Amino acid sequence: MKRKTKITIEEVKHIAQLAKLPLSEKEIAKFQEQLTDIIDFVDQLKKLNTDKILPTTQVTGLKNVFRKDAVTPSLTQEEVLSNTKSKYKGYFKVKAIL
Amino acid sequence: MNLFSLTIQEAVKGLKEKQFSSVDLVTSCLERINQEEKKLNAFITVAEEGALKQAKNCDIQLASSGPQIFEQKPLLGIPAAIKDLYNTKGLRTTAGSKIINSYVPPYDATVVTKLKTAGVVIVGKTNQDAWGHGSSGENSDHGVTRNPYDFTRVPGGSSSGSAASLASGGCLFSTGTDTGSSVRLPAAYCNLVGIKPTYGRVSRYGIIAMASSFDTIGHLTKNVYDNAKILEITAGKDDLDATSATEKVPKYTQVLGQSIKGLSVGVPKEYFVEGMDNKVKESVLEAVKTIEKLGAKVKQISLPSSAFAMSCYYILVPSEISSNLSRFDGIRFGQERETFGDEAKRRIILGTYTLSAGYFDAYYLRAAKVRSLVKKDFDQAFKNVDVIIVPSSPSLPFKIGEKSDDPVQMYLSDIFLCPINIAGIPSLNVPCGFAGGLPVGMQIVGPQFSEELLFKVGYAYEQVTDWNKRTPKI
Repeated sequence: MKRKTKITIEEVKHIAQLAKLPLSEKEIAKFQEQLTDIIDFVDQLKKLNTDKILPTTQVTGLKNVFRKDAVTPSLTQEEVLSNTKSKYKGYFKVKAIL
Repeated sequence: MNLFSLTIQEAVKGLKEKQFSSVDLVTSCLERINQEEKKLNAFITVAEEGALKQAKNCDIQLASSGPQIFEQKPLLGIPAAIKDLYNTKGLRTTAGSKIINSYVPPYDATVVTKLKTAGVVIVGKTNQDAWGHGSSGENSDHGVTRNPYDFTRVPGGSSSGSAASLASGGCLFSTGTDTGSSVRLPAAYCNLVGIKPTYGRVSRYGIIAMASSFDTIGHLTKNVYDNAKILEITAGKDDLDATSATEKVPKYTQVLGQSIKGLSVGVPKEYFVEGMDNKVKESVLEAVKTIEKLGAKVKQISLPSSAFAMSCYYILVPSEISSNLSRFDGIRFGQERETFGDEAKRRIILGTYTLSAGYFDAYYLRAAKVRSLVKKDFDQAFKNVDVIIVPSSPSLPFKIGEKSDDPVQMYLSDIFLCPINIAGIPSLNVPCGFAGGLPVGMQIVGPQFSEELLFKVGYAYEQVTDWNKRTPKI
């Protein structure tokens, strides 16, 4: 199969960083190959003229579904924190971001 | 006759008539699991103790209230296996992944709540492709599940364990999710009835999200009656899922047995193509003939945009996946992000790429427009026909390892299934043949919210054939 789109190693690294996904050098090389294959395959859509077509994002036609602005029972703080190893005085503890 | 071989309908009758207890029924399934699990690897968690406790409780309720309790609790004492994407309160839920290997949910998914309220006994959580990413079960971080009809072959995925456990007698029904194929392909590969309902027909609340505009919540059963019965319980509006539908839920079992005379059936040429397995093609066309003999009129139709469906799917779905999986940050639950398996990483990378600056219009937006074309094809077709019949898979269950190194080939196993999810319409997989000891499935597809009609057609077909009564020799 003739390849039209070539995804570069740098692009894979950039995307992995956007997705906060640590990848090994081996994985980067493998995903570069496979991503190129997949993008090549889906590029068939470029054959279609879609200029005048509206996109579909919600198939059953629902729009602006709101819930009542009312207090309802929810999980306890203890339940919410039950699966974390990283908590402090009833909060999730996270690493410094800045 | 072993109790694990019963249908739900037969089991409820037996319980009502005191032929056996729920403990007997659940014990029979648990013994079967113990016997077969080493070969099949269908479960991630078996809840033996909890299941027996629940079963005892069901027997007490039945003894004190009498058979009329089935009016309030139509599935009292019935053993079920739940896909591991469903949050089950107090019962480990891994989504088939290692990253949340020890996650114990503090709440139930809405469907789990509904099933528990109906009296269901949960025997365990089933193995699956991690996060629902896969068509074979091979992408599970907990090892591959094997097909009970041939241990060297895949059971279909992603609801691989749900299908393998039900086909082998580990439960009387099992739950699944279907984003692109995940109920129907395993149902087809394991000779079961599987429903992919209309988008929004069943609440997604509490079921770990794959691609939120595609995900549907279905189930697998041994026959059409049981399938209709379960949907009566799981379907309906849920305030906790804003996309759940307000359409009234019919009593699906009531239409079963009605004639399908005059029904118009469409057979699209794009779904019977060169390169597909001839035996699959013949079995499905034979089934169409059988339905014709029942009084249906068969028409050739065309769904031209289906040729673009896989590309559309493999842009939109990974895009939504990359967004949904961003919540797994190793802080509130689970491990760090490098713990993701190969397929999850692949889809996160692909989805992040198609959503990234400079590529959004070329990929995501274009695919969302093609989605409109695929959907329009079906809308047009349903102006002329009542239902469409197509194969569930272009091939018989394939060998373990056959496609696992080639993502594009693996993705193409869903070629007849994904277009249905793109359009948000319902589809019922019904067993329709065997070739070389392996099952063949067909889909009966209808317009949005036509599940009642699909069950009616499936039931009529089932009454004059007996494919679904075959079981694996294990």
